[in-house]
Amino acid sequence: MNKLQSKTGYYAILAIIFIATGFHCKPKNAATAATGDASKSYIAPGKYDAYYNFVSGGFSGQMSVYGLPSGRLFRVIPVFSVDPEKGYGYSEETKPMLNTSHGFVPWDDLHHVEMSQTNGEINGKWVFGNANNSPRVARINLKTFRTDEIIELPNSAGNHSSPFGTENSEYIVAGTRFSVPPDNANGDVPISSYKQNFKGHISFISVNPESGAMDIAFQLKTPGVNFDLARCGRAKSHGWFFFSCYNTEQANTLLEVNASQKDKDFVLAVNWKKAEEYLKAGQGEKVKVKYAHNKYDEKTHTAISEMRTEVTVLDISKLKDIAYFIPCPKSPHGCDVDPTGEYIVGSGKLAAVIPVFSFDKIQKAIADKNFETDYEGIPVIKYDAALYGEVQKPGLGPLHTEFDGKGNAYTSFFVSSEIVKWNIKDLKVVDRVPTYYSVGHLCIPGGNTRKPSPKYLIAYNKITKDRYLPTGPELAQSAQLFDISGDKMQMILDFPTIGEPHYAQAAPAELIKGNGQYKIYKIDENNHPYVTKSESESKVVREGNKVHVYMTSIRSHFAPDNIEGVRVGDEVYFHVTNLEQDWDVPHGFGVKGATNAELLIMPGETCTLKWVPERSGMFPIYCTDFCSALHQEMQGYVRVSPAGSNVPLTFSVGKNTSDPKANANASNGDSIQ
Amino acid sequence: MHHLKVSKFTLFLGALILLLLIISLFVPLWRIELDAPQYPEGLLLLIYPSKLGGDVDIINGLNHYIGMETLHAENFIEFTVLQYIIGGYALLMLLVLFTKKKLYYYGYTALFVLFGIIAMIDFWRWEYNYGHNLDPNAAIKVQDMTYQPPLIGYKQLLNFGAYSIPDIGGWIFIAVACLLLIGCIKEFKSKII
Repeated sequence: MNKLQSKTGYYAILAIIFIATGFHCKPKNAATAATGDASKSYIAPGKYDAYYNFVSGGFSGQMSVYGLPSGRLFRVIPVFSVDPEKGYGYSEETKPMLNTSHGFVPWDDLHHVEMSQTNGEINGKWVFGNANNSPRVARINLKTFRTDEIIELPNSAGNHSSPFGTENSEYIVAGTRFSVPPDNANGDVPISSYKQNFKGHISFISVNPESGAMDIAFQLKTPGVNFDLARCGRAKSHGWFFFSCYNTEQANTLLEVNASQKDKDFVLAVNWKKAEEYLKAGQGEKVKVKYAHNKYDEKTHTAISEMRTEVTVLDISKLKDIAYFIPCPKSPHGCDVDPTGEYIVGSGKLAAVIPVFSFDKIQKAIADKNFETDYEGIPVIKYDAALYGEVQKPGLGPLHTEFDGKGNAYTSFFVSSEIVKWNIKDLKVVDRVPTYYSVGHLCIPGGNTRKPSPKYLIAYNKITKDRYLPTGPELAQSAQLFDISGDKMQMILDFPTIGEPHYAQAAPAELIKGNGQYKIYKIDENNHPYVTKSESESKVVREGNKVHVYMTSIRSHFAPDNIEGVRVGDEVYFHVTNLEQDWDVPHGFGVKGATNAELLIMPGETCTLKWVPERSGMFPIYCTDFCSALHQEMQGYVRVSPAGSNVPLTFSVGKNTSDPKANANASNGDSIQ
Repeated sequence: MHHLKVSKFTLFLGALILLLLIISLFVPLWRIELDAPQYPEGLLLLIYPSKLGGDVDIINGLNHYIGMETLHAENFIEFTVLQYIIGGYALLMLLVLFTKKKLYYYGYTALFVLFGIIAMIDFWRWEYNYGHNLDPNAAIKVQDMTYQPPLIGYKQLLNFGAYSIPDIGGWIFIAVACLLLIGCIKEFKSKII
């Protein structure tokens, strides 16, 4: 009895302690609380998705194409990294695409994508990607889903603030993430001389509205800071560009501490129309540099790499009215402009608020010279003079903002792992939803344009953890799809992605599907120097130790498929033309012992594989892409004889040695030696 | 004598027929639609008075597996003479319109119907040869299988469904035959009265 009483008393005391200390139950794990809605992301077999989603492949160097809302992967477009599956960077035709001033670079880190625009809306012509490591910008043709052009950026290191474009894709910009000594200066200086010797550069790449051809129109030379992201002004602010920058401390080591000291870094506002005036007036300095410009010609199916040697630089520290700094808390990442062009949202990675700047107020501050100071000769507008307002307590670690065109902004939060929807006018948080885990960029189809299509929002996450079946230490990358058509954001799908998805953009399916995409390359228009337009023209030609095989492929054979007279040490070039003129009939080409890759040849296309046999013997060739019912029969042999052998160079197709008629003809095919 | 001449109505029909025959020179006469699991979008063979149209190269590429001869317009005398025959019929109609003789009109109708019958027989013969003359070394040989497309209507040929129907030109010929017969009935009735 006594015992029981004492026990009751013990519980009572415990209860008092819990109440007194405000004890709460451990909240339910957010992950287990969330549910998806498969019916909203389900696309029945044979039906099409509503959107194309172009997603950066991060350190894979490539760009991937998904359908929304299904999250189905359609294609991985090789851009900055070699792709042996498609022969990209291995075929003689595509090797020049990856040429740089450093030579052949087989890899890069593609962070952001930008779809071409007309009047501030996506036009479905091209999508651009940036190389974050060896600074480059690529243009992908959406008629072929192939990389058509890559331009290297001089004076740059780490092309992160890129490839963001203007409202009519007049320019694609490329701001350097690392400031470095300019290319024409001596870079062999102490790292500690950062403040004297290191400079930033922002490239403005012009884009031909018809052909898409890129050219570096000019570069802006800036103080030595780090540029992170950027957005063009649109509508009323067209003619301006806004760049987030961090490390205004100009630290050169342990940046995680040393570049996080100031309460505010900057958004750099650039008046690019003014820059054009200075350029026209001859205020630019022609600077000697070296950069590669690589272009793919779809008529010759061949890329050409050209080394350029000059760029025009405008120094924004010296030229007036061209650029202004706006203080922005703290180490800003995203710098996003709303569809009206009035509001510029800064996302300080370490900031407790989201500042929203007003384009009108910025203009007024400039007119009134309402500057607090200058930073290396560039006026710094007073924070309050540029500020529309701040979103209070939005979350932790804001990174990037997209818009729905209905007055709402959606900001990703890395640290608190959530998406926060807030109203631009009254700066109030409207809704928040967790992501799994630690979201980076967001994408709303058209979310960076004048006219967003606000049905879906996609979160590209940095951490995957337990979202899928585990695959050892290295896990799938992950994206999550939300339905934002209602008041509340609703997660409807998880889908894994390749590489690391940074930024992505999406456009209505009809815009891309109906843009005049190719089904085949017309064989009549094939101007490849080594094309073989019919089987009767196929041949093998020796030029010294170079052997050129003019080969055709059609269901289900190569011509020729028997080749003799190749010698050890020869350089054999298989120029394979796919004679098919029918949709979805690619042929592949593989040769035993090739130290490079295979070829994957589209109908009407010519591709070349270089092969240097290092031993004598019999080398099979075969079609790698299951082309037809008799694909497995699509094979042949190359006989390799020792160096100096006098086996004549012969080639044939369809003449069996067991066939007495063929024996009568002796060595079939033409012998050219 | 007047009753030997065709009526104004029939003359109008004749003029219409003349126009239709001229149009038929430029449009496909017949179409064979093919579909297969691998070709959900379908393949099309169009037969014009003077040429073949549609996906001829693709069909030729596929047919080599079963040893069918490749189709080339120059291998068929029909594609050379058919346009002249149609032109000839147009000229004959002109003659009927000028002379306005009923007898000529009846004769023309008989000749045109004969042409239709011969054309269909020729088309059938053409399809028969195409479907039966197979290369003995073809990769795909199916016991007792031939590949004659249907004259008109649908037929399954291995993985391909073949649907053969008149195209604009074919319908024009059917219309011409109908118009001719309407004219004959009209003239015949007026004779009785």
